[in-house]
Amino acid sequence: MKNFIKLFSILVLFFFTVTQSQSAEKVDYLKTDWSFKGLFGKFDRGSLQRGYQVYTEVCASCHSMKYLSYRNLGEKGGPEFSQAEVKAIAASFEVIDGPNADGEMFERPAKLSDKFVMPYDNVKAAQAANGGAYPPDMSVLVKARGGGVDYIYSLLQGYEDAPSGMTLDEGVHYNKYMYGNKIRMSAPLSDDLIEYGDGTKATVEQMSKDVTTFLMWAAEPHLETRHQMGFKAIIYLIILTILVYFSMKKIWSRVESEV
Amino acid sequence: MSDHEYTPTSKVGKWFNDRLPLLTLANHLTDYPTPKNLNYWWTFGGILTFCLITQIVTGLTLAMHYIAHADMAFESVEHIMRDVNYGWLIRYIHANGASMFFLAVYIHIFRSLFYGSYKSPREIIWIIGIIIYLLMMAAAFMGYVLPWGQMSFWGATVITNLFSAIPLVGEGIVTWLWGGYSVDNPTLTRFFTLHYLIPFLILGLVVLHIWALHVPGNNNPVGIDIKKPSKDTVPFHPYIVIKDGFALLMFMIVFAFFVFYSPNILGHADNYIEANPMVTPAHIVPEWYLLPFYAILRSVPDKLLGVVAMLSAILILAVLPWLDTSKIRSAVFRPLYKQFYWILVADVLILGYMGAMPAEGLYLLIARVATAYYFLHFLVILPVLGFKEKTLPIPLSITEPVLGGSTNLAMAKNKESLDN
Repeated sequence: MKNFIKLFSILVLFFFTVTQSQSAEKVDYLKTDWSFKGLFGKFDRGSLQRGYQVYTEVCASCHSMKYLSYRNLGEKGGPEFSQAEVKAIAASFEVIDGPNADGEMFERPAKLSDKFVMPYDNVKAAQAANGGAYPPDMSVLVKARGGGVDYIYSLLQGYEDAPSGMTLDEGVHYNKYMYGNKIRMSAPLSDDLIEYGDGTKATVEQMSKDVTTFLMWAAEPHLETRHQMGFKAIIYLIILTILVYFSMKKIWSRVESEV
Repeated sequence: MSDHEYTPTSKVGKWFNDRLPLLTLANHLTDYPTPKNLNYWWTFGGILTFCLITQIVTGLTLAMHYIAHADMAFESVEHIMRDVNYGWLIRYIHANGASMFFLAVYIHIFRSLFYGSYKSPREIIWIIGIIIYLLMMAAAFMGYVLPWGQMSFWGATVITNLFSAIPLVGEGIVTWLWGGYSVDNPTLTRFFTLHYLIPFLILGLVVLHIWALHVPGNNNPVGIDIKKPSKDTVPFHPYIVIKDGFALLMFMIVFAFFVFYSPNILGHADNYIEANPMVTPAHIVPEWYLLPFYAILRSVPDKLLGVVAMLSAILILAVLPWLDTSKIRSAVFRPLYKQFYWILVADVLILGYMGAMPAEGLYLLIARVATAYYFLHFLVILPVLGFKEKTLPIPLSITEPVLGGSTNLAMAKNKESLDN
């Protein structure tokens, strides 16, 4: 039994480290405290709301978020804007609907059930407006990058002058954390670029943290439920395992064999 | 195979059982005499059954919401993750369940290798097991294609392209597999169909696997034939049921940890990027459980020979009962085999690691040595070892672990009297 547990845990550990080393390339990303990590990790509501503000005022001019709906902004575990706020947010966007009774398409203010309005009509239009590069959809962006939130957080703050000897093409920028260090996106953030509604000082660092938190939620809207349920499930399993262990001991005590 | 005839006590039960002996079957399963010295490595059979059922149940539920179309698959997965009630939970269980399934099957296979469970009279159980393992790999590979992310698409492209190595008809076969001239919608729909079919084939084979097991009965850590039922056995229920249940619960704790706290760690980030035939990912890597074979494939410079090597690496297991010439089953009594066994374990782990690394320089060299050793183990070491190895004395029965007069026997006797 002891041997078994030892070997099994070594196996699981090995398995874990191999997959870890496989997924994360060795880059030292900037570190910050993410409130949503850990067994009880939750999103910081204020950060999510500010993050939405950064997204909508800065990122959304190029980056779509096509899998999110306006209603998500008011749902539990997210930024949790009030119902009135979410309706107001939705109504500030125009969507094309139709055809109406006359067979015409028409514009109307967005409703809660509408998906986030896309900045471009299609991929080609997005590429044409961005020097050939397609600004990736941000719905699951943090899960689609090896370093996850740390990578996005670092990238936003990783703009520097190119080292001497490195020539950059027109419209290409140097970024310490970008794969190959060359990025088409110009530095999107600068201090006091926006004015936070809650009075928080809008430094590049603060905005990076807020918008990354928002992107994490966008990619994993059920993260809080997952953490809460996971804790309960594991506690339940541990208690049941202990009970079953003693039942097993009792049953096996009838034969002269170890379990 | 319980020796006694079973008769239901109730009249209705008897009437039914005379027409369809389901109750006899149930009685056989609960009474099934099992060696009482099975250790926890034997609990993985039950764990694997749990894994298969979990995959089927979660898979059926996912299929109710998934759309097998190149333009909609990725979106429908996001729909499952966001809008379907507990869709995220079902999908994470299914995705991590595949990894857990393979973790368990590898332990199950290596348990068999250590205790010689593949040897006579259990060759058919073993061969059915290898077929199940092959089908599992096919199912897992096709399942990974379904979310239609970048790794799905490019993984499918790389693996299906392997068939082009077949001389003359290779290209034709690849086109036929794809249903077109590249991996596209027809590929996705047929992969979905097959991914749905294979688990039920596996289920059928599992029934045969267990049926074949119930003819000779379980092997055991001592590796000797035992009389059934006897002092050496316990009925399957409640003894083995509760023990398997206990082990399963421990396994579920590990499983739950992955599902709830790091659900994406075993997957590749690129699979959250929608498939794009115009952009090739920097590194195309398969899921972790296929990495050793991927390393073997890449360590051979010739494409055709690489494919042959990879397939042989799996198929060689099917003839293992005849490659291993030793009459002794358990490695406990084979001091040399025991060492070679652990070298093989290390070799496979090294191959797995190399499969995740780029195939160049030192990595490639190590992968080549490890590949060569893998085949050496099965083709040379095992056959020779059976003739050369000096094995330890084998006990007569489980209750008397070692033949005549040794200290072990004295200890066992001592313990028995204490227990009584």
